[in-house]
Parts: sequence; C-alpha cells; structure tokens
Amino acid sequence: MPDHPDTVLTPSASAAGVAITPTSASARPRGRRRRRPLTRAGSLGLNVLSAVAGILIWWTLAKVGFNLPTPAAVAKQAGHLLADGTLEQDAMASLRRVLIGFCLGCAVAVPVGFLMGWYPVARALIEPWVQFFRTIPPLALIPLAVVLFGIDETPKIIVIFLAAFLACVIAAFQGVVSIDRTLINAARVLGAGDLTIFRRVVIPASMPYILVGMRIGLGSSWATVVAAELIAAQEGLGHRMQSAELYYDLPTIFVGIITIGILGLLMDRVLLMAERRLTVWQERR
Amino acid sequence: MTTTPAAQPKIAVRGVGKRFGDFTALGEVDLDLVANEFVTIVGPSGCGKSTLLNILAGLEEPTSGEALVDGVPVDGPSPERGVIFQQYALFPWLTVRANVEFGLRTARVPKQERRRRVDHYLELVGLSAFADKLPKTLSGGMKQRCAIARAYAADPAILLMDEPFGAVDALTRVRLQEQLLETWSQERRTVLFITHDVDEAVFLANRVVVMASGPGRIQEIVDVDLPYPRTEQVRLSPEFTALRNRVWGAVYHQGPPPASR
Repeated sequence: MPDHPDTVLTPSASAAGVAITPTSASARPRGRRRRRPLTRAGSLGLNVLSAVAGILIWWTLAKVGFNLPTPAAVAKQAGHLLADGTLEQDAMASLRRVLIGFCLGCAVAVPVGFLMGWYPVARALIEPWVQFFRTIPPLALIPLAVVLFGIDETPKIIVIFLAAFLACVIAAFQGVVSIDRTLINAARVLGAGDLTIFRRVVIPASMPYILVGMRIGLGSSWATVVAAELIAAQEGLGHRMQSAELYYDLPTIFVGIITIGILGLLMDRVLLMAERRLTVWQERR
Repeated sequence: MTTTPAAQPKIAVRGVGKRFGDFTALGEVDLDLVANEFVTIVGPSGCGKSTLLNILAGLEEPTSGEALVDGVPVDGPSPERGVIFQQYALFPWLTVRANVEFGLRTARVPKQERRRRVDHYLELVGLSAFADKLPKTLSGGMKQRCAIARAYAADPAILLMDEPFGAVDALTRVRLQEQLLETWSQERRTVLFITHDVDEAVFLANRVVVMASGPGRIQEIVDVDLPYPRTEQVRLSPEFTALRNRVWGAVYHQGPPPASR
C-alpha cells in the first residue's frame, strides 16, 4: 500500500490543535495563576514534609501530656524488638499466614469466578453462597473457626482464605461477564475452539478485573490476619500488640501499628506494579 | 464481469429467515454469490442485513431455510469465512503482529510460515512499521486495516464485512475503500460487504443488493458495470452517478412490505 491515510490527516489535526490554544488561554479568568501539575520531585517533597509535620504534631501531643509515647520512645522500642528478633519473627508469622491464605483464596477464586461467568448453571449454584458469605465479615467467623479447628494456624488461614476468596471471586466473575462478545466472536471466526478462547481471550480480558479483586482481597486479608491474631495466637503482630496491652506497653503497640501499616502498603504497591505491567494494553481515560 | 451465477455458487442463501420471538428480522431471502465476486448489501437499519451476515458467518442460526457454502450448509463459524466487524474487534492485549497471527496460531501454522504470512499482510495493508504496537496506539483507520490483515492472514475463501468503515471519518473511509479494492484485486476473495452508505456500496461492488425492512427482504439487485480498478475518475463519472442515484432511489423509496407472508 503506497499511502497511509492516517498520516495524511495528521497535519490538519495538529493545525486545529494550535488554533485552539490561544482561545482557551484568553478564556481563562485574568489574575489567576494556571494550576500546574506537580513535578515528581515536588510531589515527593510534599509527601516528606507532610510526614515530618505529622511526627512533629505527635511529638508535641506526647510532650504536652497526652498519654502517648514519644516517637523517640517508639523508635527505641522498635530497635529493641528488631535487635532481639521479635519484630521479624512476628512480622514473618503474620505475613506467612496472609500469603498462604491469600494465595489459596485467589487460586480457588479465579477458576470458580470463571466457571460462574461462563456457565449459567455454575453461576446459579454458586452465587447464593458467595452472596451470603459476602455479607458476613470474615472476622465474625473466627469464633466458629476457633471452636472447630483450635487455635493453631488452621482457623486463621481459613478465615484469611475466605476474605481473599470472596473479594477475588466476584472480580473474576465480573471480568468474564464483562467481556465484549465481539471479541469472542472474532476468536471463533478465526477458528478458535472453547479452550483457545478461554486461554487467549477470557483470561487476558478479565485480568484487569482479577487484579483489582486481588488488591481488595489482599487488603482485607491483611486486616483479617491482625484481627485474628488479636483473638487467638502465640505469635504475630496482632498477638504482640495484644500481649503489650496487658503490660500497658504503648511503644510496642505503636511499633505494631506502624509495622502493619508499612507492610500493608508495601504489599499493595507490589500488586499495583504487577497490575500496571499486566494491563498496559488497556486504554486509559 | 461475472454477474450471472455459475452452476455451483460459492455462497447460496436459500429461503433464509430469522425471527426473534414475534419479531421477523429477516423474511425469506434468496441470494447467490459466485466465487471471487464482490457483493455489497445496502439498506436501512433493521432490514436484517447484519443478521444475514451473522448467519453466513455461523454466529447465528436461521429459523428457516439454509445458507450453503460450496453446497455445504453452514454449521458454526469457520476460518474459511473471515469476518470483519464494525468495531474492529482487535484483541487489545495483543500487538498488531500477534493479532494478525491469531488465526494462524489456531490453525497451527508453523512459526516461520506464520511470520512470513503476517509480514506479507502487514505490508499489504501498510502496517509493517506498527507490527509491535498495541491496538490502543492506532487510529480507527489503522485498527480496521489491522483487522483486514487479520482476516486475510487466516486465508479465508470468503470475507464477510459488517459495516467495517462505519466508524471512521469520511476521508479515511474513502482511502480504506480504495485500499480494500487494491487488496482484493491482488488476492481475490468472495466478499459480502454490508453498509448503509450508498456511495460505498456502488463504488466497491460487482453487484449491489438493496434490502428493505419490515420484514427484512431483498428489494432489488443492481449490477455495477464499472471497470476495476475503481479510481477517483470512476467515482466522479456520470455512470457512477447514475448507478448511485438508482440505488439511492431503491433504498429511499421502498414500496410497502408484501401484503401476505
């Protein structure tokens, strides 16, 4: 083909763009400065500033007599707990539970969600259960899980599994239901059978939904594990805070809270990065 | 010009009708296409033209009659009948190359052969430089060219095109028409092309099928005795204008539906 119709159109399009700019500039109210988007460094600087200000306020509150440990005391306690390995051990215990429960939850949720989305019979059979359990906070099942499975790892992992599963199964189901029928038809007329359609159309098309579901699932798993450890555990961040409460050990409670926040944020960032990488093909508006 | 149906038509539509509940989308339609013919169907919305195309594609089943390809009833989609959709239907997560390759992979064509054919068709539609781009970076016209390359690469004997240029601007549309004819003149296929644009219908086709609605039926078939290649001169010729006016009249001054059905 000798010519590219679309390149032919470009000059006129860019000319139109140039023509629009001055009009929009003059339409702006006078005397008001244009809002510029922040640079990366600028936004990072403000983030740091905000964090420092927060710590200063905390420090002031602790000094003026609120019943709070100072940031220094918390940092010192964090140093102790890191040095004797308690913090690492607790964090690892919590992380292990979350990762096992979360991975199992997602591993089961994705195929179940696909089944529900693809086969109306599977949907009719499974959906009532999913909808029912979705209305129950996973934490409310802890007493039952403890009675049935004791206080070792099993009940905690089951509850986390459920939290991750419920978030993820809905997402995978939505992903399949939302696939553009034309894409499936396009694959069929190109000779694709059911298996190929599933592998090369259904899975990639529902990936953005699944990744969002996984992020939500990870958030609720992390919330659930800490709460589960508060109720019954021999180790873990929640357990450490629970026992610190008995000794009125506020610095340790603060160390626990901050660690939970940081780890949760890190896990979310990892999934967010995965999401960005796996869904670059999406048209974003 | 071969406009008289041969002994064995490539596509034979025999009394094909389609109902959706009480609504008759398509009355009983008969139509023959000979091999390598370019036929356009033009008609108002709701005349069942897309339904007819979907039945030929094997994506829908007729409620009466049957559609035959090489004398064999259509039973589900097949790679020998390529379809080009109005909304491109490119797989957004695949690059241009991988999209064009899709049908070749399902047909288990060996890797080297795949590469050769994909390169060939990307060249033919002028997208070689965009082989590794994702569809979201392409303009509407380029997306549709990619879809045409994808359909061609699977090597179908028949191309079914459902208002493929309906979503692009007027200038791009004219270029795409010329380019489609050029591609078709290099590699002939039996083409059934649906449009609601009378100029487009006349410019492309050997024969224009005018359909009417309520229920969907064939109103008139107009032979287009204009030479290929169809250039700008053809588009501006009095013969083209006369044919266009005739088809226009058939589309816009449609008689009442047949009394009894």
